[in-house]
Amino acid sequence: MLQIDRVARHFGTLEALRDISLHIAAGDFIVLLGPSGCGKSTLLRLIAGLDQPDAGRLIWNAGHQPKTGEIGFVFQDATLLPWANAFDNVYLPLRIAGTSRNDATPVVREALRRVHLDGFEASRPRQLSGGMRMRVSIARALVTRPRLLLMDEPFAALDEFTRHKLQEDLLTLWSELRCTVVFVTHSIYEAAFLARRIVLMTPRPGRIDHEIASLLRPGAAARFDPAYAALVAQVTRDMQRALAA
Amino acid sequence: MKYAPALFGLAFLIIWEAAVRITDVPSYLIPGPLAIIAAFIADPVGLLLSLGSTLLVTLVALLVAALLGVLLAIGIASSRLLAAAIQPWAVILQVTPIVAIAPLIIVWVGDPFASLVVCATIVAFFPVFANTVAGLASAPADLVDLFRLYGANRLTTLWLLRLPAALPYFLAGLRISGGLALVGAVVAEFVAGSGGFASGLAYRILEAGYRLQIPRMFAALVLLSLAGIAINFGLGAFAGFVMRPRGEA
Repeated sequence: MLQIDRVARHFGTLEALRDISLHIAAGDFIVLLGPSGCGKSTLLRLIAGLDQPDAGRLIWNAGHQPKTGEIGFVFQDATLLPWANAFDNVYLPLRIAGTSRNDATPVVREALRRVHLDGFEASRPRQLSGGMRMRVSIARALVTRPRLLLMDEPFAALDEFTRHKLQEDLLTLWSELRCTVVFVTHSIYEAAFLARRIVLMTPRPGRIDHEIASLLRPGAAARFDPAYAALVAQVTRDMQRALAA
Repeated sequence: MKYAPALFGLAFLIIWEAAVRITDVPSYLIPGPLAIIAAFIADPVGLLLSLGSTLLVTLVALLVAALLGVLLAIGIASSRLLAAAIQPWAVILQVTPIVAIAPLIIVWVGDPFASLVVCATIVAFFPVFANTVAGLASAPADLVDLFRLYGANRLTTLWLLRLPAALPYFLAGLRISGGLALVGAVVAEFVAGSGGFASGLAYRILEAGYRLQIPRMFAALVLLSLAGIAINFGLGAFAGFVMRPRGEA
């Protein structure tokens, strides 16, 4: 789908990313893992086209150059319009694209149903819990049926129980929708549970240390799989070694 | 607790009236509340017509200030060049004492009503303008990025994101500007009244002062205070009415 080729990004004198190369295959679930300041979010913004690299290129494979709406983005905060209800927040990308409310209604309802928020269409963000707000944000990202879903630490601010539930629901959505996901986190447990490929990043400057492939069967049961504990241990060990280097 | 302000006001009036009677202060120095009420009852139509004139200037000035403030704020939010060009002039407008430039404005504009409106607009303009500028810039950066991601143009971003985000700021600015528009109208009326233009409560205050009709002067002052309170509460209620559908009242 996308080849990231020797990408670099500076902010003034700060070197945020150096020599980043990464292949993203269609249908993949990639987790960018690393401590704060290693450029994970910067890389995600480059993929989304919200920022441009100073060096290197992003090469979309033929037929994969995303059109408007084919990339969904979920931020760390739900970033909902506080004055709009859940329906209107999910409708927003379609409204920007010029889709009428009538035409959009079944699609918006379907997106809300997928994140288990049917019946909450009229609720405003402040009437919803943190987890529900994030579900609205995910529904908004899914409503345009994106081929690539970018998620920037979306569950970092949630409690442990809500986070687990949302992680499991995200895996279900991924297997149903078959879209490509690039997920940023600094949680080793979250990375090991979600990813098909874990990309370890190190800071100052942000660069990719190496990748780890996951052989876990995706799903809630994976948390109790000895292979999950082994993967967490391996990632922890590799990350400690990479940070010490 | 709910009635505390009314009870405090009533007690103040009683003490005031008692003090005036006990000390036998002449009413041309400090009239008691009853003398002020009597002065109002003696000519309610004249005073209320003057109040209406002042309020008309205030409301027209507030509308013009709100319209200009929002349009210029949108201009500034849309163009860095316009922001650099306009903002220093807006600050100059804020810091220039209206009492100093009112005589010039009255001479230049010519039409008395229009000149009063211009003076009051100058005083009322800055809070609504500055608040709207702040409100338009208050949209979270992630939401602005989201609009970019979905290909929203500037107009769509303005309509669906920046203007709704600016609404509470605009309404807060409008409430401040409401009181200032009244102050601006009164100051302009004073200047115009000194020049012989008979209109508004400020002119009634001047006229009563010249004739040593101090209770009537106080009656006009009380009407001005009540008008200021009504404008403040009215704009507060308007803000509540506008914000209620958003669940933010």
